[in-house]
Amino acid sequence: MKELVVISGKGGTGKTSIVASFASLARNKALADCDVDAADLHLVLAPRILSRERFVGGRETRILPGHCTACGKCEEICRFDAIYFDGPGNGMVPKTFRIDPLACEGCGVCAHFCTENAIESKEAQNGEWYISETRHGPMVHAKLFAAQENSGKLVSLVRGQAKQLAEERGLDLVLIDGSPGIGCPVIASVTGADFVLIVTEPTLSGKHDLGRVLELTKHFDVRSAVCVNKFDLNVEMTEAIEAFAQESGAQALSRIRYDVAVTKAQVMGATVVDYTTGPVAQEIKALWQQVVSEIG
Amino acid sequence: MSRENGRMRVAIASGKGGTGKTTIATCVSVLLSRAGHNVAYLDCDVEEPNGHIFLKPEITGQERVCLPVPVVDQDKCTLCRKCEEICQYNAIVCMGKQTLVFQELCHACGGCALVCPANAITEADREIGVVEDGHSGEIKFAQGRLKIGEALSPPLVKAVKRRALSDGISILDAPPGTTCPVVETVRDADLVVLVTEPTPFGLNDLKLAIDMTRQIGIPIAVVINRCDVGDNKTLRYCERQRIDVLAEIPDDRDVAVAYSTGRLPIDAVKGYSDRLQPLVQRLSGGAR
Repeated sequence: MKELVVISGKGGTGKTSIVASFASLARNKALADCDVDAADLHLVLAPRILSRERFVGGRETRILPGHCTACGKCEEICRFDAIYFDGPGNGMVPKTFRIDPLACEGCGVCAHFCTENAIESKEAQNGEWYISETRHGPMVHAKLFAAQENSGKLVSLVRGQAKQLAEERGLDLVLIDGSPGIGCPVIASVTGADFVLIVTEPTLSGKHDLGRVLELTKHFDVRSAVCVNKFDLNVEMTEAIEAFAQESGAQALSRIRYDVAVTKAQVMGATVVDYTTGPVAQEIKALWQQVVSEIG
Repeated sequence: MSRENGRMRVAIASGKGGTGKTTIATCVSVLLSRAGHNVAYLDCDVEEPNGHIFLKPEITGQERVCLPVPVVDQDKCTLCRKCEEICQYNAIVCMGKQTLVFQELCHACGGCALVCPANAITEADREIGVVEDGHSGEIKFAQGRLKIGEALSPPLVKAVKRRALSDGISILDAPPGTTCPVVETVRDADLVVLVTEPTPFGLNDLKLAIDMTRQIGIPIAVVINRCDVGDNKTLRYCERQRIDVLAEIPDDRDVAVAYSTGRLPIDAVKGYSDRLQPLVQRLSGGAR
């Protein structure tokens, strides 16, 4: 069983549209939407949720105003400037300390050292994850609650569940939609994968970001290849990017043109290859064939 | 909106990537600067900073951003495991006769050094990235660059935000998404401008970004880019939610071509600046 991850470095290059088409083209696979920050694959694949689970990622820490003696120890040791001296008063002190949940990193150090046991630190539910059935096979996906942390942990969880599902059902492939960037969720989605397809676009930003994401896949020693999407927006830039990819040890695969059919398919909730048989669909199919032979 | 001392911080964010955040952020910075405002452009997309491609700043300084991570003196260590117990990130573990540190997992909370009864833990700086400072014309410029392989970007975003102007308008270019680095970028802004496109993906991610911003409690405005592709559900959604749509910018191949070569569409495409005027007016209303 192989894991194929599609990422992009720069956002908005067409990653998810390509993954949705691959979902239609691939046989015997499980799908994983690891772009848990801004998951979109479900909009095209219309999953029917079979099971729904809580995601407990970090800790939620709060100061109990009735117990706080305003000694200030917590504020002194907090490395994240998350503790403010503007909490409500109680019988002992006119003001107490308070934790700003947005700044809090959930390390629990304040709770450990509070001599009054006035700080409560408990596991927090940061989101939900789902196992679903789609018209193109089973899918694991997730939703992180608003302004929550631990996306890397959730990505690892989604990826692990998809792999387990594929094993149970005897499937050959896990097809993973990754997130933009090079940080925590991307690292969690690519480490140890069999093959990474990087979808970029022919712009200076696309090229710049590709450089960083290729360094990342090299750093984690994951085999990768590059596809320039919307190549006809700037053919010269496409050629420069492909040459740059080759120099960096990543093969340049089939290009895909800019076509309004891609947006139209999305509006219809269809994959591009199911929506049209035009040249853009042919190019995506050619890309898929190349990816298949690369994965082996 | 904070108007005291003419200080204004505006975060340009999006949920979905590739909607035109950086285009809007750089164009607005230049337009505000040309109108005589004191402007800083701060690239908080430290994983993939792109503003420099368009503003072509002269970089004049660099700050290494480090996190203090634990170093264990194995001779003093009694293998009591108190450090392992307090660590929420599995970054310090007693294995056999040694206590090992996994630096890349460490969030630098300092708990292990505080809790160690044998004083066996000290801290050493580990670099996670750099902040580069400079200027582009009259615009103060700063960007963070996360080191490749680093997972933890919020401390670097914080370091970039320290460059915000105390008098003037600071434009914070956020990363895509809705989690930690985005929350860090927008959390003390006076206004969050969400750049979206009117497609199902764009709208879905816009809703997530609105949820996030409302949770933090910051006023929101929306820019609809490539407003004539997709459908009209985004505009209707904003109307229902009573969110101001400050610009609607039609899809234009010339804009895409200018963007691809690092040129600002306000300089390369006729009429583009006019489309941004309501946004520029709104931002300059909060500062003088």
